[in-house]
Amino acid sequence: MDSYSNGFSPRGEAFPAGLRVLVVDDDPTWLKILEKMLKKCSYEVTTCCLAREALDLLRERKDGFDIVISDVNMPDMDGFKLLEHVGLEMDLPVIMMSVDGETSRVMKGVQHGACDYLLKPIRMKELKNIWQHVFRKKIHEVRDIEGLEAGIEEFQMMRNGISDQSDDGFSFCGGDLNSARKRKDFDNKHDDKNFGDPSAGKRTRVVWTVDLHQKFVKAVNYMGFDKVGPKKILELMNVPWLTRENVASHLQKYRLYLSRLQKDNDIKASHGGIKQSTDATTRDQAGNIGFKNSINIKQNDAAITNFSIPGNVVVQSSNPKGHDFVVSSPDLGTKGALVSDAQEIQKATSSSGVGLNCNFGTPDLDAKYTTLSSVLPPQFSWNREHKPQIEQINVFNNLLPDLHDQIQINQETFFPNYPTPFNKERDKLTHIKVMPPHGTEFSSQNIRQQMPGENAFTLNPVQSECSTTTFNPSEPITRSAWKSSNDQVIDHILVNDLDSLNGNLILGKSSALTYLNVNFPACLLQEDCSPTFFELQNREFSDCNDPGLLSEPSTYLYDSLKFDYEYPCDPFEYPVMDQGLFIA
Amino acid sequence: MDVINQLQRQYVDFLSSLYREGLLDDQFLQIQKLQDESNPEFVNEVVTLFFEDSEKLLHNLAIALDQQLVDYKKVDACVHQFKGSSSSIGAQRVRNICVSFRTCYDAKNLEGCLRCLQQLKDEYYLVKNKLQTLFKLEQQILAAGGVIPIMG
Repeated sequence: MDSYSNGFSPRGEAFPAGLRVLVVDDDPTWLKILEKMLKKCSYEVTTCCLAREALDLLRERKDGFDIVISDVNMPDMDGFKLLEHVGLEMDLPVIMMSVDGETSRVMKGVQHGACDYLLKPIRMKELKNIWQHVFRKKIHEVRDIEGLEAGIEEFQMMRNGISDQSDDGFSFCGGDLNSARKRKDFDNKHDDKNFGDPSAGKRTRVVWTVDLHQKFVKAVNYMGFDKVGPKKILELMNVPWLTRENVASHLQKYRLYLSRLQKDNDIKASHGGIKQSTDATTRDQAGNIGFKNSINIKQNDAAITNFSIPGNVVVQSSNPKGHDFVVSSPDLGTKGALVSDAQEIQKATSSSGVGLNCNFGTPDLDAKYTTLSSVLPPQFSWNREHKPQIEQINVFNNLLPDLHDQIQINQETFFPNYPTPFNKERDKLTHIKVMPPHGTEFSSQNIRQQMPGENAFTLNPVQSECSTTTFNPSEPITRSAWKSSNDQVIDHILVNDLDSLNGNLILGKSSALTYLNVNFPACLLQEDCSPTFFELQNREFSDCNDPGLLSEPSTYLYDSLKFDYEYPCDPFEYPVMDQGLFIA
Repeated sequence: MDVINQLQRQYVDFLSSLYREGLLDDQFLQIQKLQDESNPEFVNEVVTLFFEDSEKLLHNLAIALDQQLVDYKKVDACVHQFKGSSSSIGAQRVRNICVSFRTCYDAKNLEGCLRCLQQLKDEYYLVKNKLQTLFKLEQQILAAGGVIPIMG
């Protein structure tokens, strides 16, 4: 009778045995049956009969599950909504189930990001293979980290019929890349007639400037993040030279980015957050800004001192002593890491102690860097609704004296006790205590509010347990660090031995802040940004008139965060992120 | 032994007829296969859940269709749910009624809906009855010291 158990690895063996599955179904009969079936597959099963409950569970145990299986029709929440939540917040693969197999429903499921759609009654053999979705996702994450850009090229090559064995390390994913991209692309491009040919040779390489991206975000927000398609966005953006493909591709990245924000990534200290977050790598919330621009992060020691600011302004900080800054101005797209001279820059930044690796931007955007000779282009103006007066900027100032003049930071407001750590020997650990300007407010706005509303995502767990953070210089900013800072409203910025950090301040999900141990709330990157935080930004930044880099990015960051998500946002992170990171 | 064999044969015949008549389908066999020593009452538990759920749904359906202004969405929700749960144990005929029920409420055909509801009740109680008989047979076999034959 128990014919199914023979096919599976006994307990204690490796994947896929022990796969942690969360089953959500309001039908008690099915719940029981599925539980039994999954157990027979040697999976670890948790059942839930309410979608809300399931979300709670997922949030509580951030890394507690590998995959979610959910019914489509549930009384308290539409299965598709749950699907989206899970995809965005936890980025877990989700399988939908239903007794209804109508094509339209199935399509909707796929569009919402389901990695599979099973029809009830479900057979054992269908459940046996669900592990493939988990595996596939992992592979793709790795690929993302290693360079979405490369992946894209690979993809294009494949589309052009070139052997998919051509590339290093991607060949394995080659086939998957295509299908995975299509799968991922599908919901973004479903209204794009050229879906079948997303990377047609004709696609113009778009430089997503801060302005452009802001338009994009506004359009997306206007329509509703999950409802909008590239065509509509394009219409709303009203940028004549932009094509739908451009928008579609950008949208995909944006969605990916937003979905990645919540991921818990452990920053690898050694890489100094060089790896831009993709779920896999950077657990550190520090300064995850902008898109998950994994491209930027190369796994090398070279200090990728690129910041890809959400406005796609990439500032490549280099030696304050006079290396040129490569700043990707808002007008230039940035892809992030195009660290041309990584090593050198690394050295430079090492000495300067600051390597800002803030990867944003969409990988496939052309990055054009403007090389600034240590001067931030005047076009970068912080002045926007929120002029960030980020304390951190000061930090950079010190590191990058050339920029100093350009950057004005109102220390008082944001970081009253900011000690300007970078002045001193970089090798010394300096604790920078960052006080939120409005401490109480911050705390009251504590992002960690657990789901204020249905749409509120719990902040990345990382943020939740914020407490006073003392960063251990030798480790990247870990999630807990984040947490602490968030909650406490006090960020301790620990300036590590910059050299050891490779002088990389990696912003954004990737541990940018790790290096500086600046606890930049990853708010910007996280979807959790509450409107309150947003307002806060305005308040905070009014004094900052840093001409430089990122007024745009900050704005749009806020925009995107604000409008897209109502998740609480660590107020700290916003300003800090915004400002500090963009200082080259 | 003879008694056990007899009971077992009875059991097999009975179950076969249920399959033959379309009251149960392959899914029932699947859940039987899921039962094992670690959970010897599995099928029984599942079917009991099905009974409870179904009766609740039937009750809700009756109320929904009894309203002055029938909320067909609610009807849809109930029937959909019923479809799902009946498919869980393989109650094929019940499931099929749900399919035709949908046509009725999609068309907002109250009379059709009421007819379907009646059919649903009939089929449901029929399969419930049969399943209860089946379990009794199982109990008898077990009580006699035999094992329940596995079909399929």
